[in-house]
Amino acid sequence: MRYVRHLAPLVVFAVLLSLPYSALRIPGVFDGALNTPGSLQLLALCLLFAGLAVGYDLLFGRLGLMSFGHALYVAIGAYGAELAMKNLHLPLAEGAALAIAVGALTSLVLGTVSLKGVGRLGAVGFAMVTLAFAQAGSILVSRDPKTTGGEEGLPLSTEKVPGHLVGVVNTVNLYWLALAYLVLVCAVVWWLTASPVGRAWQAIRDNERRAEVLGLNPFRYQLGAFVLAGTLGAAGGVVHLLVTAGATPETTTSDFTLALLVMVVLGGSGTRWGPLLGGALYTLLDHRLGALATSDGVASLPAVLRVPLSQPLVLLGALFVVVVYAVPGGLVALPHRFRRLTRHRPLRSAHAVGGGDGDGDGDSTLNEREQVAAEA
Amino acid sequence: MSTLTLLALTGLGLGALYFLIASGLSLIFGLMDVLNFAHGAFLTAGAYAAWWADGHLPFYLAVAFGVAVGAAIAAVVETALIRGLYARPREQILVTVGLGLAIPALIQGVWGADARTVTPPKALAGTVGLLGARVPTDRFVLLAAALAVFAGLKVFLAKTRYGLVVRAGVEDRAMVTALGIDVRKAFTLVFAIGGALAGLAGALGGVYFGSVSPGQGTSLLIFAFVVVVIGGLGSTDGVALAAIAVGLIQQFTNYYAASGLGDLAVVVMLALVLLVRGNPVLDRVAASVGAAVKSSVGRAA
Repeated sequence: MRYVRHLAPLVVFAVLLSLPYSALRIPGVFDGALNTPGSLQLLALCLLFAGLAVGYDLLFGRLGLMSFGHALYVAIGAYGAELAMKNLHLPLAEGAALAIAVGALTSLVLGTVSLKGVGRLGAVGFAMVTLAFAQAGSILVSRDPKTTGGEEGLPLSTEKVPGHLVGVVNTVNLYWLALAYLVLVCAVVWWLTASPVGRAWQAIRDNERRAEVLGLNPFRYQLGAFVLAGTLGAAGGVVHLLVTAGATPETTTSDFTLALLVMVVLGGSGTRWGPLLGGALYTLLDHRLGALATSDGVASLPAVLRVPLSQPLVLLGALFVVVVYAVPGGLVALPHRFRRLTRHRPLRSAHAVGGGDGDGDGDSTLNEREQVAAEA
Repeated sequence: MSTLTLLALTGLGLGALYFLIASGLSLIFGLMDVLNFAHGAFLTAGAYAAWWADGHLPFYLAVAFGVAVGAAIAAVVETALIRGLYARPREQILVTVGLGLAIPALIQGVWGADARTVTPPKALAGTVGLLGARVPTDRFVLLAAALAVFAGLKVFLAKTRYGLVVRAGVEDRAMVTALGIDVRKAFTLVFAIGGALAGLAGALGGVYFGSVSPGQGTSLLIFAFVVVVIGGLGSTDGVALAAIAVGLIQQFTNYYAASGLGDLAVVVMLALVLLVRGNPVLDRVAASVGAAVKSSVGRAA
C-alpha cells in the first residue's frame, strides 16, 4: 500500500493539470463545460480555498492551535498587494512581495503577543485573542473607506498586473495560478509534517507539557508555525485578489476564518487530504447552494423549506454540526469507518496494528482519535 | 461637563451591555470549559424575539419574551448538542461555531439582512437631565439591569445550593461528580442562565442601538470575548470591571479621537493586558496594586 501514498499526489496533480483541457460537462455542478471561463473561475476558487484550508490546518490540525484570526493574513495579502499597486505604483510582483512580508511581520508580532500572553486561559484564550486582533483589521478596513473602499472593497488595478492574468479570456491562467498556490502550500506543509519539525509539532499538539519536559520549546515551534501559516495566508490573499479581481471586505471578517475552520473539520483536520478536500468541497457547495437559493424552484416552496434553502450558511452550518457529531475524523475518515463497520468483530489488537502503518503522518493520529471516540 | 457626563453614562451603558453578554460566557466557560461561539446567536435570537413581541405585547413583557427565548434556545442546544460531546471540548466548540453561523443565517432568511428599527416605549424614549446633560433613559435601564444581574449572580453563586454546585464544579468538576452530585443539571442551568442573559442583552441592546440586525450578536460577541479575556474567565467581579473599562474607553476614544478608533483602542488594551499578564514581574506589580486598591476600597466601605 505504500506506493499508493506516493502515487496519489501525482495522480491528483495530473488530473488537475488536465481539467482546463477537458470539455466535460458535469450538469448540476458546473454550468458550462469545464474549459469555459465560468467553470474555470469556480475551479480556481476551489483550488485557492483548498490551499488556504491546508495552510490553516497547519495551525488547527498539526499544532492544535485554534486561531480564529486567520482571515487577517488573507486580508493583508489582498489589500496589501492592491494598495501597493494603487498607491505606491508598484508592479504586481513587488506589491505582492511587500504584502506577504507585511503579513509575515504582522503574524510574528501578533503571534508573539497571543502565544506569550494567554497563559492560564490556554487554547481558548488564544482563540479569543486571535479573533479580537482579526476584528481590529476588519474595523480598520470598514472605517477607512477612502483607502480601502469600505463595503465595496477595491477593484484590481489591472494596469499594474501582467496582461495574461487579466480578462475573461485569461481565466485559465488564474486557474494555473491557484493550482500553483495549492501545490506550494501542500509541498511546504506536507514536507514539514514529514520532517523532524512535524514530529515535534505532533508531540506538542498531543501533550504540550510532555514535549516541554522532553526539551522542546513549544513556544518556538508554535510561533514558527503561526508565522508560516500567516505568510502562506497572505500569499493566498494575493491569489484571492487576482482570482476575484479585487480585494473584498469579506476576507477580513470572522466568518471567513470560520469558513476555513468548517472546511478543515469537514474534510478531516490533521490529515493530508482532508483540508484540501474540505476546502474544495465547501467552496463548490457554497456556490451551488447560493445559485440554488436564488432559483425559481426554491422561491415556489413553502416557507418552512424556502427559508433554510435560501441561506447557504444555514445548510452549511447544519452540515458542519452533523459532521462534527457523526463523522469525527471528517470526510477522509469515512472509508476507514466504513471498513470497520463492515468488519464483523473488530479486534482491538488488529486495530492497533492497522494504526501503525500510517508512518507517523495524519493517518495514525486519526486512528488514535477514533479509538478514543470509540472508547468514550 | 455635560459632554463628559453623557459620554460616561453612554460608555457605562455599553459596558453594562458587555457585562450581560460576558458574564454568561464566563460562567459557561468556567464550569464547562466550553467557549460558546453560539452566544452571539442566542443574543440575536433574543433581540429578534423581543422586537417581534414588541408589536403584540407591552415592552417589559416583550423583553421577558426575549429573555425566555434566549434561555430556551440555550437549554435546547445544551441538552441536544453539547451534552453528547461531553469530554470532547474541541468538538463542543466546533458545534457552537456551526450554530453561530446557522442561527443568524436562519434569522436573516426569515426577516431579511437589513436592520429592523426598534421603537422604544414612551417611558424609555426620552432623556433625563443629569449634571447639565440630557442622557437618554435607556442608558439607565441598561445600568439597572446589569446591576441587578450582577447582584443576582452573586447571590445565586454564594447563597443557593445550585450556586454552590456551580462554584465547586468550576473548581474541580471530577470531584463534584465523584461526590454523587449530578453536574449535568448544573450545566443545563448555567447554559440557560447564559442564554437568558444573552437574550436580555439582545432585547435591551435593540433599544440602545435603535435597531436589530442578524449580525449584531456576532459583532457584540467579539467585544464580550475581549472583556472576558481582560477580566479573567470565571470571575464575575473581573468581568464586571473589565466591561466597564472597555465600554468607557470605547466611548471616550470614539468621541475624542476618531470614530472607530475606540474599537481599535479596546483591542490595543487587550494586547497590553496580555503582555503585562505574561510578564511575571509586571504581573506581581499588578497583583499588589490590585490588592492595595481592594483593601483601600474595603476600608472606605
